[in-house]
Amino acid sequence: MAISREQVEHVAHLARLGLDDDEIDRLQQQLSQILGHMQALDAVDTSAIPPTAQVIPLHSVMRDDAVRPSLPTDEVLRNAPRREGNFFKVPPVLE
Amino acid sequence: MELTDLTVVGALRELRGGAISSEDLTRAYLDRIDRLDKGLVQAYVTVTPELALDQARAADARRAAGEDAPLLGVPMALKDLALTRGIRTTCGSKMLENFVPVEDATLTTKLYDAGAVLLGKTNMDEFAMGSSTENSAFFPTRNPWGDLSRVPGGSSGGSAAAVAARLAPFAIGSDTGGSIRQPASLCGVVGFKPTYGRVSRYGLIAFASSLDQFGPLTADVADCALITEVIAGHDPKDSTSLDVAVPRYGDTLTGDLRGMRIGVPKEYFVAGMEPGVDSQIRAALDVLRGLGADLGQVSLPHTDYGLAAYYLIAPAECSANLARYDGVKYGFSAGAERMLDNYYQTRGNGFGSEVKRRIMLGTYALSSGYYDAYYLKAQKIRTLIKQDFDRAFERFDALVAPTSPTVAFKLGDKTDDPLAMYLSDVCTIPINLAGLPGLSVPCGLSDGLPVGLQVIGKPLDEATVLKVAHAYEQASGGPLPRPTLENATA
Repeated sequence: MAISREQVEHVAHLARLGLDDDEIDRLQQQLSQILGHMQALDAVDTSAIPPTAQVIPLHSVMRDDAVRPSLPTDEVLRNAPRREGNFFKVPPVLE
Repeated sequence: MELTDLTVVGALRELRGGAISSEDLTRAYLDRIDRLDKGLVQAYVTVTPELALDQARAADARRAAGEDAPLLGVPMALKDLALTRGIRTTCGSKMLENFVPVEDATLTTKLYDAGAVLLGKTNMDEFAMGSSTENSAFFPTRNPWGDLSRVPGGSSGGSAAAVAARLAPFAIGSDTGGSIRQPASLCGVVGFKPTYGRVSRYGLIAFASSLDQFGPLTADVADCALITEVIAGHDPKDSTSLDVAVPRYGDTLTGDLRGMRIGVPKEYFVAGMEPGVDSQIRAALDVLRGLGADLGQVSLPHTDYGLAAYYLIAPAECSANLARYDGVKYGFSAGAERMLDNYYQTRGNGFGSEVKRRIMLGTYALSSGYYDAYYLKAQKIRTLIKQDFDRAFERFDALVAPTSPTVAFKLGDKTDDPLAMYLSDVCTIPINLAGLPGLSVPCGLSDGLPVGLQVIGKPLDEATVLKVAHAYEQASGGPLPRPTLENATA
């Protein structure tokens, strides 16, 4: 199972991960090896098997739509790398 | 006997009898941490002495006023992914090196309400991804057994080492694929991952949300039962938390296993298992037989596929969960001038290599054109693994197996080989995939290093798991003595 360098770069872009050349080389080799190992799963016929996303018998848990206090704004923003007043400050998205 | 030799149950007896104060007990631990942690065991990322002494004095005042609570005045350590309001919570990552939570995890609240005293936050593999605690962004933790040259296991290695080195009477860890049980095994302590949904995950920094679960690491099974009882229970803030009554686990520790049907899954005696581990596990099976348990072999035929399925499902969930680290809301930010560059640089520089590897693996498995072949396939294998257990539990009340195929390995031995590191969790991963309760109890030594016996139960049947582990522990001569660290020098 060989993953190309372009595939590594594509996936890194999807994940918004900045990787240097050494990391791309190493991940190309390691992901190829790990995904090769995963191919063992192909030996199992799962055509009639439903998938399991989670194991507990709960679905769409609902609660009352009651108004409750939010986390204190100032405390929350204290962890922000950049803030302006009561806002998160972000770099320009469109230029 | 030193105060730090006491178990939780033993400490509570002394506290209730008035022989010791929480302040004395807490100071004894803080002194020991001062002497043995930094430069030696390195179990703690953050120690909270002022808070601990405040909480201890408050516990003593409550007791003087005639109050009691399940853990009133007992110190503890929390894995550094349990949110603690006002106390830095790093998750072992540069990404959260300076992150100070605005609220407590439900688990933290429950332990505070029970009267526990926080000594500090323990080291871990970054974002709980790893089996040796060497993936911590800060420093490795050392196994207190032997000459401090070995890993404590992971990812809850700091919590396991803290209990083994008596730097805390108990600690909390989290377990996604074995991260409580494997370090418990390698450090010679008891570690328990309850049923998925038994303990609230609210405030557990997420890795793989369908697998993550909090649980205790303790010196013996009676302590484990007590802590489990305190932290279990429904939480409206976690929609995967189960609204089921929590039994009084201490009452189930009768030592009586007569007629108990215990299955031994043959696939768990894997190739690559060390002979010393194999012989201790088989000796443990004899102890269980001697207690009147009815042992029988069972097959869990899809066990071999568990590792591969896990290393698709867990990374896929991680790639989604860790998308939140964007350099905007909290955590590390590269401070780049353009948004896309800021994402790349923040995530590229903020995450360590194992976390990046798993994000890449998970993103690949979820990406267009590969989803069916990898992620969906793994979820179908997960169904088969769960069905294996369902069938086994038609015939058996509990299963026993090795926790880890090896004893503690040397620091650095597996850091360059991700697949070899992943194999360390081969016996614990299927239990997470099926959402079952699994406990590791020490079962002797191999080459002077602890071996762990894993007890696996039906969903929500923590009581039987604890009962089996406790009966084994008592019949095999009591808990493993913890290492002395006498020769440890910085």
